[in-house]
Amino acid sequence: MHAFTYEVARTVEEAVKLLAAGGEDARVLCGGTDILIQMRNGVRRPQLLVDVKRVPEMRELSFDPKSGLRLGAAVPCIEIYESPLMRQHYPGLTEAAHLIGSLQIQSRASVGGNLCNASPAADTSPALLALGAVAKIAGPQGTREVAVADFFAGPGRNTLKAGELVTHILVPPPARHSSDAYLRMIPRNEMDIAIVGAGVAITLDGARCTAARIGLGAVAPTPILAPKAAQALVGTTLDDKTIERAVELVREASSPISDMRGTAEYRRQVVGVLARRALHAAVQRARQN
Amino acid sequence: MASKQVVMTTINGEEVEFLCEPRQSLLESLRDVLGMTGSKEGCLTGDCGACTVLVDGRPVCSCLMLGVEAQGAKITTVEGLAQGTKLHPLQEKFLTNASLQCGICTPGFLMSAKALLDRNPNPSEAEIRYALAGNLCRCTGYDKIVRAVQEAAAALANR
Repeated sequence: MHAFTYEVARTVEEAVKLLAAGGEDARVLCGGTDILIQMRNGVRRPQLLVDVKRVPEMRELSFDPKSGLRLGAAVPCIEIYESPLMRQHYPGLTEAAHLIGSLQIQSRASVGGNLCNASPAADTSPALLALGAVAKIAGPQGTREVAVADFFAGPGRNTLKAGELVTHILVPPPARHSSDAYLRMIPRNEMDIAIVGAGVAITLDGARCTAARIGLGAVAPTPILAPKAAQALVGTTLDDKTIERAVELVREASSPISDMRGTAEYRRQVVGVLARRALHAAVQRARQN
Repeated sequence: MASKQVVMTTINGEEVEFLCEPRQSLLESLRDVLGMTGSKEGCLTGDCGACTVLVDGRPVCSCLMLGVEAQGAKITTVEGLAQGTKLHPLQEKFLTNASLQCGICTPGFLMSAKALLDRNPNPSEAEIRYALAGNLCRCTGYDKIVRAVQEAAAALANR
């Protein structure tokens, strides 16, 4: 690995100052499970890594029934899975975090890092999209909030400006009779990158669906929402015909490529199947809430 | 820029201070700086788990962590399993079950298994296989390893 400078930030302000001074050559270090591999491969050559794991507020995981979830960007995935609050209120996001790599990876990798790494196949991103999550960003000009849906710029690229970092992921509180689910397709039981991922969040009023969001992974240059498919569900009783229509719209929303993991045709087929299954899982959970 | 930094840690219960460059992984720090070669280098991408150590009780790939990030951490490596000449039950059961051939993956498997048993003393087979999913073995296969972990769990429960 090339030589670089390593700094530990103790506060968000310190992190911003260090990142701003480092400019384009500076990168945030959270769990390191992506960046260190990219550096070893020479894909990225930052001159400065700013370790933000010792910023206390970036390790925060708190839930408030009125304001929802505040998830520090440096919280490792394993802490999400071990949190009863997360499992209760955001089971889909929790299962996505628990699907990333091995336990060794989950002990280090964070949802914030997964977001900023901006892989089209990131497991937590479709779950965040489905939940309507927002990235709280700190930078030299102060703080701002950006919907996760507007955060990505392309494969491996996000819309952060120089000197900025994601400090928190904010998720609205789940409405009554709502829930979420995330499913992904890989060719083995564990430890692989998604061929397709689908996250669904749903709200019910009796048998009627009153709100829905569908996030998709690995079927476009970035994780995407499928708003038309979600809209097709709202106001219905989620009968088979409606769901089949939504599945078609999910497939239309996707624009997958063929690569070593799967062909575009296969992905387009599977994304509909996964969206349907994730929808059923979310509905079943929502009925119990 | 490439100047070395002092890192203060606790390794296998002993306070250890070492010098490393930021670009050196925890694995390199252990092996090349401290001469602790029990942790093995496999893939360097976090896929194989041969370099698994415990950091504050959690299994991590030491190839995907910088040495400088270990400041203040409590680290357990495979060298910390045996007590003097007395092997840890996991090590004993790996031997009696012939759970290794070439042995490169073994330290990583032992550490992942220790992390599991520390948290869950009586795991099901599925839980064992899940906990070991981040460790790859290319010669023995997994059944003997799983059996060793089951027997170690039983031995630890009877102690």
